[in-house]
Amino acid sequence: MVDLIQQAKDAGFDQAEVYRVSSESQPIGFETNRLKEASRRDTSGAALRVIKDGHLGLSATTDPAAESGLVGRVGELAPFGAEAAFQMPQQGEYPSIDIYDPAIESLEFDTMVQTGQTLIDAVRKDWPELNCSASVSRGVHKMSLVNSAGLETGYKQTSYSVGFGGELVRGEDMLFVWEGHGASRYFIDTDWMVESVKQQLELSQETAEAPSGQIPVIFTPRGVSATLLGPLMSGFNGKSVMTGSSPMVERLGDRVIDERISIYDDPTIAGAIGSRPCDDEGVVSRRMPLIQNGVASNFLYDLQTAGRMNKTTTGAADRGLTSLPGPSTSVVDIAPGDTAYGDMFAGIKEGIVVERLLGAGQGNQMGGDFKANVLLGYKIENGKIVGRIKDTMISGNVYDALSKLEAVSDKAEWVYGSLRTPAIRCLGVEVAAAG
Amino acid sequence: MTLRDQMQNALKGHGADFVEIRLEESDSSRIQYRAREIEEIGRTSGRGGSVRAAVKGGWGFVSFNDTDDLESRVKLAVEQAKAVGSEKTELADTEPSVADVPPVLVNDPGNISLSDKKDRMDHYNDLIWSTPGIQSSTVIYGDNKRRVHYVNSEGAAVDQEFVHVICYVSAVARDGGDVQQAGFSIGSLGDYELVTGLDDEIKAVGKRAVDLLKAPGIEGGERTVILDPVLAGVFAHEAFGHLSEADHVYESDQLKEIMVLGREFGKPELNIVDGGAIPGLRGSMSYDDEGTPTKRSDLIRDGVLVGRLHSRETAAKMGEAPSGNARAISYNHPPIVRMTNTIIEPGEASLEDLLEGVDDGIYVRNWYGGMTSMEMFTFSSGEAYQIRNGRIEEMVRPVMLSGNVFKTLNDIDGIGNDLGMNQGGGCGKAGQSPLPVSNGSPHIRIQNCLVSGA
Repeated sequence: MVDLIQQAKDAGFDQAEVYRVSSESQPIGFETNRLKEASRRDTSGAALRVIKDGHLGLSATTDPAAESGLVGRVGELAPFGAEAAFQMPQQGEYPSIDIYDPAIESLEFDTMVQTGQTLIDAVRKDWPELNCSASVSRGVHKMSLVNSAGLETGYKQTSYSVGFGGELVRGEDMLFVWEGHGASRYFIDTDWMVESVKQQLELSQETAEAPSGQIPVIFTPRGVSATLLGPLMSGFNGKSVMTGSSPMVERLGDRVIDERISIYDDPTIAGAIGSRPCDDEGVVSRRMPLIQNGVASNFLYDLQTAGRMNKTTTGAADRGLTSLPGPSTSVVDIAPGDTAYGDMFAGIKEGIVVERLLGAGQGNQMGGDFKANVLLGYKIENGKIVGRIKDTMISGNVYDALSKLEAVSDKAEWVYGSLRTPAIRCLGVEVAAAG
Repeated sequence: MTLRDQMQNALKGHGADFVEIRLEESDSSRIQYRAREIEEIGRTSGRGGSVRAAVKGGWGFVSFNDTDDLESRVKLAVEQAKAVGSEKTELADTEPSVADVPPVLVNDPGNISLSDKKDRMDHYNDLIWSTPGIQSSTVIYGDNKRRVHYVNSEGAAVDQEFVHVICYVSAVARDGGDVQQAGFSIGSLGDYELVTGLDDEIKAVGKRAVDLLKAPGIEGGERTVILDPVLAGVFAHEAFGHLSEADHVYESDQLKEIMVLGREFGKPELNIVDGGAIPGLRGSMSYDDEGTPTKRSDLIRDGVLVGRLHSRETAAKMGEAPSGNARAISYNHPPIVRMTNTIIEPGEASLEDLLEGVDDGIYVRNWYGGMTSMEMFTFSSGEAYQIRNGRIEEMVRPVMLSGNVFKTLNDIDGIGNDLGMNQGGGCGKAGQSPLPVSNGSPHIRIQNCLVSGA
């Protein structure tokens, strides 16, 4: 391996950092109820980031033979680059976080096949006409980071994910059901996924006409993930704050949503997919409150954004191999409330449940807006689910909806391994249905 | 020994029904502004490859950056396929192509210096900020040169090179907690000129973001909508294009029944085509990523479903001809059935004709994005205007539109006589995003289209 730091020093750069990643993943895919594909994907590469005469430069490659050319290339780029607003950090005291499981590294191919096939067979026993697909994947990801301030760190992380679902076609009516989970630790229990898929199928047996207008909406944990998370978190990204394009600018310390909601960014939770001992600039990971009891409390920063804002990095730097780091959430943890999920339906004369959306994230997400077609959702009548809704759109603003909060469920659930959230019932969502 | 020889040697004695190797080299530049300042300027080079093998209908796929020991990669891919397959490998017959295709280069971005590119984007960013009231901006320029070497066990050997250029700008305006944004994107195959001379479009983006703060919202519900060619192109892609991809259909008896050739989907004026062989667009290419020559496929002719998009496997299993639509976003992924350039062909109506008789409707232009779940689809406008008594009137906040493929295509009751291409988008499917595609259409009018509140 080329000593890029030494080369960068020799080339006269003021500061330099080398970020390396290598990962191996082995996904297997099931289509039409049987195993269809087995893959192995190895990726590796190096990125050199430098500060030269106060300017930032970055160059990266996945070609080991091209690594020695990175120094020359980055030297050509740096004069054009952004003004650096930070110093490369020194070594931190990194917490030990449980994100590596040898059971994943040694997992047998046949076990993975069996896991996927068992899920498909279990649900098809009751629903033989369901056309199922599934994926089971394991991976090992290594990151290493060294910089000219003497920092030298890295970690190895495993990941394991299982997802499965299917399509049910009846005439021209199509229903898509899905469940899945990911973690950095191996898990054996997947029975709950079968139960979840079956429940989605059962609740969708009948089709109900969705009401239109401003009605109570229950977002399940999956619904929170699909609808509210993106527009809400974009407002707490330090970069949006820096450019003044977040609705949260100058709102730290203010009550911005209902006091029953507290949200943390937490890369230290054991076993979660987004957990890590340090961020992608080598800054120590920590649990960071973003909203506490409805009050905006912190924004997420990387080094450069923090430097520009005269703040301190919160250890939220995230990067791909080929781009500069930027602030991002790691694992989002939303605190549970005090209403049992079953009791959240009480008193709703007419409302809907939102599970999954189609087209979320389009539009003015930065302003906190959401708009989407409800891909999987149900109608509530007199406190009970009466059937699946179709050809229905929802729209609203996340700050408005979470200010008109009606209930938060007393249990937070994992959604795909990087979000833990309760179900949330609110008003302030506009529902528009065809017909 | 040439690279092609090395690749072909690695296939010897493979022991599978079918094996292919793809190797790629790429070189990319990127310039990005955020607000007033340059945020990132970077250059990236890449090298990598993959091997895909089929045994008894099962597939093995191996991707890597270290391209030295191809024989062992082939061996691993074949082992994977053997562990999967238990049926029969079916691939439509194609004449093995041997070709070396040079890139389409109208104005090579490689001949433009980085500082010239930066000056151009500096200028665009200044144009956005020339509108008073701008809070933030993003300007992104990128170019990418990608050389792909392909061989398979049937003797095909195709080298192709692609040069893509993209430019994306957005502007943000804010009034207290009300944040509004507007954007514009364009891309081209091998033509740097296409990202020059955009002054008018870019000034308009800044103005629109500020104007949106004052624009009223509208109530959701079913409305008459007129789509401009760019958004209508996105509509063609989302509303119908994805459902015409045969990998959704080929193993499902119910979907085969629903999507049977000869079924009526729209009025007789509706014609939709797709094809990599349509030249000069973002999705244009001579061969797909299985080495199959591309063509222009009729999907809907006179309102009737007449064709679909295939890989060699889906074509064989449906007894239809391969269409050259197996595409991989990079060496890291296997080829899957994708669109290329998807176009609604022009009809006879002028925009005035389309507006006539629309007492209360919405004129939607430009796009944010779109998505489909086959039956249902959504697409989002970048701009929206109230139509009253046949006239386009005040701007309202952008809306999302949603439809049902079995109903909405039939609700198209007017097709314009113009044609515009949307070259600014990329398509995502099965974790492969953004794939360069284009889509285009004349202005179209849709009755009873479900529109979100805004």
